Amino acid sequence: MIADFLQYDFIRNAAFVGLMIGFLAPLLGVFIVVRRQALIADALSHITLAGIAASLLISKQIGAFKMLNPVYLGMAFSVTGSVLIERLRKEYKHYQELAIPIILSVGIGLSVVFISLANGFNTDLFNYLFGSIIAVDSSDVWMVLSILVVVTIAIVLFYKELFLLSFDEDQAQVAGIRSRFIQFLFMVMVALVIAASMRIVGILLVSSLITLPVAASIRIAKGFKQTIWIAILFGETAVITGLFTAYYFDLAPGGTIVLLSALILIIVITWKKYRYAFQRSKEA
Amino acid sequence: MESSVVSINNVTFSYQERPVLEKINLDVPEGSFLALLGPNGSGKSTLIKLLLGLLPLHQGSIHLFGENVKKFRAWHRIGYVSQKANSFNSGFPATVFEVVSMGLFGKIGMFRFMKKSHKQRVMQAIQTVGLDEYTNQNIGELSGGQQQRAFIARALVSDPKLLILDEPTVGVDASSVDDFYELLKRLNREHGITLVLVTHDMGPVTDLVTHVACLNKRLHFHGDTHEYENMDNRELSSFYGHPVHAMDHQHD
Ligand SMILES: Nc1ncnc2c1ncn2[C@@H]1O[C@H](COP(=O)(O)OP(=O)(O)OP(=O)(O)O)[C@@H](O)[C@H]1O
Ligand SMILES: [Mg+2]
Repeated sequence: MIADFLQYDFIRNAAFVGLMIGFLAPLLGVFIVVRRQALIADALSHITLAGIAASLLISKQIGAFKMLNPVYLGMAFSVTGSVLIERLRKEYKHYQELAIPIILSVGIGLSVVFISLANGFNTDLFNYLFGSIIAVDSSDVWMVLSILVVVTIAIVLFYKELFLLSFDEDQAQVAGIRSRFIQFLFMVMVALVIAASMRIVGILLVSSLITLPVAASIRIAKGFKQTIWIAILFGETAVITGLFTAYYFDLAPGGTIVLLSALILIIVITWKKYRYAFQRSKEA
Repeated sequence: MESSVVSINNVTFSYQERPVLEKINLDVPEGSFLALLGPNGSGKSTLIKLLLGLLPLHQGSIHLFGENVKKFRAWHRIGYVSQKANSFNSGFPATVFEVVSMGLFGKIGMFRFMKKSHKQRVMQAIQTVGLDEYTNQNIGELSGGQQQRAFIARALVSDPKLLILDEPTVGVDASSVDDFYELLKRLNREHGITLVLVTHDMGPVTDLVTHVACLNKRLHFHGDTHEYENMDNRELSSFYGHPVHAMDHQHD
């Protein structure tokens, strides 16, 4: 069955990309969630959508632009958005979360304008919104692979700094850590991973792949490193089974993956509850 | 002659327009244990942040181990537990081991990894504060007093010569507080660590500290514990702005 599943190029592409984002999204997700910034992923994904809509619009006007993968312009928008969020957070020191709805609504606003300029939806855009297996081509595989390599190296190199910064900003400063640089680097990584993920899960669902596995992992893990590993395990499980299910039942992969992530979350929560009840009844 | 670990000269500071500190002069001799006293809003935390370089210093000067704070880089020689340390995100998934390791990150430096020797140091620091059993527990699962010990361990792990604690016992129950102060005493007397303890309750630390400084925008008093005890109540009242009795804090 798996051999059958992998015999088509497009499925193989989707499977590679799936494996990579199943690793990347929860990895960054852990750092995002522990800072209580889960919504940042939403803001950035909507800005990414604006970039993609812009790219589709331009290629309608200028034929040569079709050669360029729209994800690149999406990425450019998303990185710009992440820089803007940082600036806004400085501007509103005591209302830092305001940056998120501001960027989110600007992203949607831009997208809607670009889409209407291009005279409405087409299937391409639909695929970006909800994800698709068929749409993944080999240029996507290479792009996601480069992002995987860059982001993984950056996380390994800056693990200490990212960890300390997430836990305690004052202490990070006393330890002489260049917080602004690290924070900037991190936001750029988030922007890249969002752009990488959305081919398969779609823009509207990217943030759930970033947060749901972490939400489940955080319930049961001991320590930060373990939280990361378990989140990745959950992410990969959801992506692999999700792609598989989506292919056989002809469903949108994004939705399937997200629902499976939610299922994992429910199982974890129930298991924890049940386990406590079980322990208590044993003690009684 | 004793040398100063911290020397603060003529420091004046204001947030926006409002002055918070005026003409502060304060020396902390090596090996001493200073209690920095003052009511809420008297500028204690602000002074600490200035000497850690967390706030920009515009008037006056601060020297740490003889070096100007603006040029100071050897932050691993200073351990700091902030007033906010016990209001951290208690759902944060980090074990005691991981939290304590953070204290070494500055010393290890960028692009380098924790080595075995670092891990041993972390274990030692955890032992010093008596949290061995909890090494692999999530920090959020510990009691307030235990969490505070974990933060002390984090401050201690880089082997600092100066330890600064900003109201470390807020929210810690009385019996844990006693143990905690016992620990501080040991660090000061046995390990020779210079300590600065910010508090607004002198009672429980009277026998512990060697020096006292009373701050309320200006430095109202600075001297050793004897001088503080001999100061009459009128002086203290003028400092707090209402009548108090120096030895009124009954403890135990
Ligand atoms: N970030 C800030 N911006 C503006 N004003 C501030 C800021 N932090 C503190 N202040 C003001 O400076 C004064 C001194 O504050 P500080 O935190 O140093 O007091 P404290 O002695 O540590 O008080 P507490 O015992 O409550 O901790 C207060 O009046 C406070 O309102
Ligand atoms: Mg304070």
